[in-house]
Amino acid sequence: MSRLVPGLRKAAPQFVCLAMILFFNWLAFPGFFDLRIQDGRLFGSLVDVLNRGAPVAILAVGMTAVIASKGVDLSVGAVMAMAGAVAATMTVSGHPLLVVLLSALAVGVACGLLNGLLVAVLELQPIVATLILMVAGRGIAQLITKGVIVTFNDPGLIFVGTGSFLGLPMPVILAAALAIFAVAVVRRTALGLLIESTGVNRSASTYAGINSRLLMVMIYAFSGFCAALAGVIAAADIRGADANNAGLWLELDAILAVVIGGTSLLGGRFSILMSVLGAIIIQAMNTGILTSGFPPEYNLVVKACVIIMILLAQSVSLGAAGWLPRRVPAAKSKEA
Amino acid sequence: MSSRLLPFYATLAIFVLAYGVCVFQFPNMLSTRVAGNLLTDNAFLGIVAVGMTFVILSGGIDLSVGAVIGFTTVLIAVLISWYGMHPLLAFAIALAISTTFGAAMGVVIHYLDVPAFIVTLAGMFLARGMAFVITTDSIPISHEFYTALQGLYLRLPGGGRLTLIGGLMVLVFAFGIVLAHFTRFGSYVYALGGNKTSAELMGVPVARTTVGIYALSGFLAGLAGVVFSLYTSAGYSLSAVGVELDTIAAVVIGGTLLTGGVGLVAGTFVGVIIQGLIQTYIVFDGTLSSWWTKIVVGLLLFAFITLQRLLVVLSDRKRLLRNAPS
Repeated sequence: MSRLVPGLRKAAPQFVCLAMILFFNWLAFPGFFDLRIQDGRLFGSLVDVLNRGAPVAILAVGMTAVIASKGVDLSVGAVMAMAGAVAATMTVSGHPLLVVLLSALAVGVACGLLNGLLVAVLELQPIVATLILMVAGRGIAQLITKGVIVTFNDPGLIFVGTGSFLGLPMPVILAAALAIFAVAVVRRTALGLLIESTGVNRSASTYAGINSRLLMVMIYAFSGFCAALAGVIAAADIRGADANNAGLWLELDAILAVVIGGTSLLGGRFSILMSVLGAIIIQAMNTGILTSGFPPEYNLVVKACVIIMILLAQSVSLGAAGWLPRRVPAAKSKEA
Repeated sequence: MSSRLLPFYATLAIFVLAYGVCVFQFPNMLSTRVAGNLLTDNAFLGIVAVGMTFVILSGGIDLSVGAVIGFTTVLIAVLISWYGMHPLLAFAIALAISTTFGAAMGVVIHYLDVPAFIVTLAGMFLARGMAFVITTDSIPISHEFYTALQGLYLRLPGGGRLTLIGGLMVLVFAFGIVLAHFTRFGSYVYALGGNKTSAELMGVPVARTTVGIYALSGFLAGLAGVVFSLYTSAGYSLSAVGVELDTIAAVVIGGTLLTGGVGLVAGTFVGVIIQGLIQTYIVFDGTLSSWWTKIVVGLLLFAFITLQRLLVVLSDRKRLLRNAPS
């Protein structure tokens, strides 16, 4: 338990932020914290926040690893659309659920492998390498669905998006399981350390004996896997695959969640759980704006303001000038 | 260095080849009508791509341009249709706002030392959000001055028309080429993209140049918004969604290195026209679906980025070999 305390202290700004958002939500909508159990599952605005935030949280888990390795994955939204399209079309043509799920996830891993090969072997800039799939992926998804919204009625697949387990919605369970699994793998083994060192200085890590090339490929493949999972959930949620709109702009939400969680875009130290918290903060904000009766148009403006505030808080220059407590390690400062 | 221009020549060769194939299949495509329409239909993309070329040449990126176009169209439509303003005044206000917006992003990028990627991402949310806040409806613009502007065109030999907005795009490209290759600002941009630290040590005014680059990109995005509203006669907050990606793709296909420092404004022109050509081909064919545009553009992006990477690796190796014996 003693190890948890400094971690919690570091996470204080995010928790304060979340608490404030929840408080404002409660002010605007007094029934916000109400929970009730109906038909064996939990209902209420809080559960709704978790449920709606699950896809972004899943994306954020993969994105955290990518950003920690000093990269970025812009293709996750398009990969979501592709995975959803694959799942829907295969279900419609009558394949069993297991085959459908495995193929959809395999598509995501394949996309991630492609990104990883471009970044690690061809040594392209991550923004550029993943931009290719971001542009082409949505086209491929439309090719798979032949340009229509493929709807399905398979109860198994729908369960992934809207079912419940232990009283909680299935997306929440999947997101939590993925996050716990990722944290366990990253922190119980040396993997997390290896990712951090690759992100801080790739050539030094390579000289120190880390197979950074393989590691980067694996990281991007994992991000592709997460995107595919989110895509299947998103498709199952609306019982259809919309190649145009599934996962649209969610790559930006995922990056935002990671940044809110305190992982620097310059690579290095990262925390998966904090990124998940970031995703929840974003969703709490969205839900708050919707339930409080504000027009949803304000959503983007508020989000932009939050990014700007976080940028100010994380800025190296302001930190170096002593205006704000610094969060970024001093070694990154160019002025030093 | 001529090997650095190789991507540009490759783009040019691909364009000529692609156009040749198109003409071989549909002889009607070899007409000034099609050429004129290519310019008109891609006018807003071309204008905003000039700004993006400068941003990418300097080693940055601007994700906000599509949102700024959307915001500008809404603002202009509201000013004209709701407040009865003269279009020219509305244009001036819109351009002033978009330029200031770009400059503000440049200030944040330089003085707060934050990656351009995340700053312009916030800018994208902000601009798109402001457009939503003004109105989510599509507002038609009906003003006799608009009709007059839309009716202006230069008749090309062969029946084609060079419309006002198509001509404006060509003018902007000419301006961009002069600015990039024949002014001090242009050489500052190249220096900044080549190596920021050396540029600073050589006395390049980094702050002024960075702010100038993003202000230019904002201005041209605003101008593209003006062109877009002339093109569609309406203002809609969801217009030009995803244009930033098309723009970046056009710049990269045009042979500009995304790491900055290498590229030509003229290459971007070819990149824009190649994207337009793909769309025109799909229209002429009639059986292909629109999503092939995205897939082909993705494949072209992949091909060009790999080609650039190969060239960089090869030139590095050559330099290494040249230096080794001494």
